[in-house]
Amino acid sequence: MMTLTALLGAIELGTIYAVLALGVFLSFRTLNMPDLTVDGSIVTGMATAAVMCSAGINPYISLIGAFIAGACAGFMTGILHTRLKIQAILAGILVMLASYSINLRIMGKTPNIPLTKSETIYNMADKILPSKYSGIVIGLIVLAVIILLLYLFLQTRLGFVFRATGDNEDMVRAAGVSGDNMKLMGLAISNGLVGLAGGMLAQNQAFADISSGTGMMIIGLASVILGEVVFGTKTLLRRLISASLGAILYRVIISQALYLGMESSDLKLVSAVIVAAALYLGILGEKGAKIRKRRGQNGKSASNS
Amino acid sequence: MENLLQIHNITKIFGEGTINEKVAISDLTLKLQAGDFVTVIGNNGAGKSTLLNCIAGVFPLDRGDIILAGKNITKIPEYKRAKYIGRVFQDPLKGTAFDMSIEENLAIAAAKNKSRGLQPGLTKADRNDFREKLAMLEMGLEDKMTQKVKLLSGGQRQALTLFMAVIAEPKLLLLDEHTAALDPSAAEKVLALTEKFSKREDMCTMMITHNMKDALKYGNRTILMQSGRIAMDISGKEREDMTVEKLIEKFSIDNDRMLL
Repeated sequence: MMTLTALLGAIELGTIYAVLALGVFLSFRTLNMPDLTVDGSIVTGMATAAVMCSAGINPYISLIGAFIAGACAGFMTGILHTRLKIQAILAGILVMLASYSINLRIMGKTPNIPLTKSETIYNMADKILPSKYSGIVIGLIVLAVIILLLYLFLQTRLGFVFRATGDNEDMVRAAGVSGDNMKLMGLAISNGLVGLAGGMLAQNQAFADISSGTGMMIIGLASVILGEVVFGTKTLLRRLISASLGAILYRVIISQALYLGMESSDLKLVSAVIVAAALYLGILGEKGAKIRKRRGQNGKSASNS
Repeated sequence: MENLLQIHNITKIFGEGTINEKVAISDLTLKLQAGDFVTVIGNNGAGKSTLLNCIAGVFPLDRGDIILAGKNITKIPEYKRAKYIGRVFQDPLKGTAFDMSIEENLAIAAAKNKSRGLQPGLTKADRNDFREKLAMLEMGLEDKMTQKVKLLSGGQRQALTLFMAVIAEPKLLLLDEHTAALDPSAAEKVLALTEKFSKREDMCTMMITHNMKDALKYGNRTILMQSGRIAMDISGKEREDMTVEKLIEKFSIDNDRMLL
């Protein structure tokens, strides 16, 4: 088993990926839409936070900046999908592509911004907490605030129709609400959270890199599914917490695999295989339940006769 | 008495100018008074569902106007029209959000005419109100308000959808074969509820059905549609004297006429 330091490091990173997972949860589960904007908007958030931090702006304010920048990317995807009627997945890919250029512009046309000399939420926390735990504590606090706000939002009148949109858009329209507007709002909030996660990630690793977005949507998806399988989906709050814990668990598993000798260059392949397997098992889960039920009934009728 | 719903000379053509051109609704005029409950019958393809979709605003009209409660709604988008119109479809899956609870579904429907911001989606007062009203459905739904809708039977779900359609007091209730997918006893129950809800004074109801007996049993007026027009419109004494046999005869005459 890996060392305690490595475990704590994985959990710390996990709290950041948990925010990403909540963003993916909103688009993939609530809106029922695979949104590839994520791979772009996370870098948008990173870039924005890095530029703001290195300009000496308060790192918490820069996280809000990262949220807004990410939300703008999501909003663009929403416009392409709902107003120009482009397929959701294609709209996401288009914005992901476009955001590469925009991210470079935000970063002043350099592919990498170091934050070693800037103040971040992590080195701020180091001053008041033992540095071994400070990253986890600050990560958990930010995560808890986000889960709480999200939970409260999803319990409002607006939150109700938003949740119904992924279930049944006809019903939302029948309730006098434009499903398109709900998607627009949902994609903005979802990518806002992704941007926020990007901002945290940049501050945590003390740099922003233009190419670090690849595969982030899949990592978020893996976290959501892993969380659902391991921690359950019974209530809404439970689902939000499951997605977050799923992200932390995912990071722990990855870092254990690396410790056991997996090449870090194989990471993306492994992520893809895990998600493919999880999606397949999800389908199998339903089938499996049916087969089990049938067997049970057959067993009963056999014993009756 | 004032006409609550006025449909003036509406025409809807699908694929105009193409080889598949189909005139679904042809210069149709219909006026409904407040309290009217009209049953709509006709063959497949006669334009019954298209008529309801036109009224609900699913697609734009080619010609004509629709006026509901004194307001011209012809150009208003579907989701905004929905504030005055309640709808129930044949498919029990279509009217509810299956992964949300009964009370959450009701809250969404009940907030139709209220602003949707960051107010709490469900208050204690709402819950009490819903419980009381659900008891009227006599389906035991009031005891499982936190249960997800996907766990309900088709009949329960359709009763819930019907209830959701009228909870915000619409001006018009549109029912498109809403009992066709149910077993006979559930269908009867949902129809009885339909009758009960349709009694509201400031609303009118249109119900499509393929069941001739139901078409005459429920409501106060029956129209027969044929090729996008109203081929027969009966109410009062004439309707009382109508029998299922005569109605079917009427159907087949029109069919024969169509063949010639």
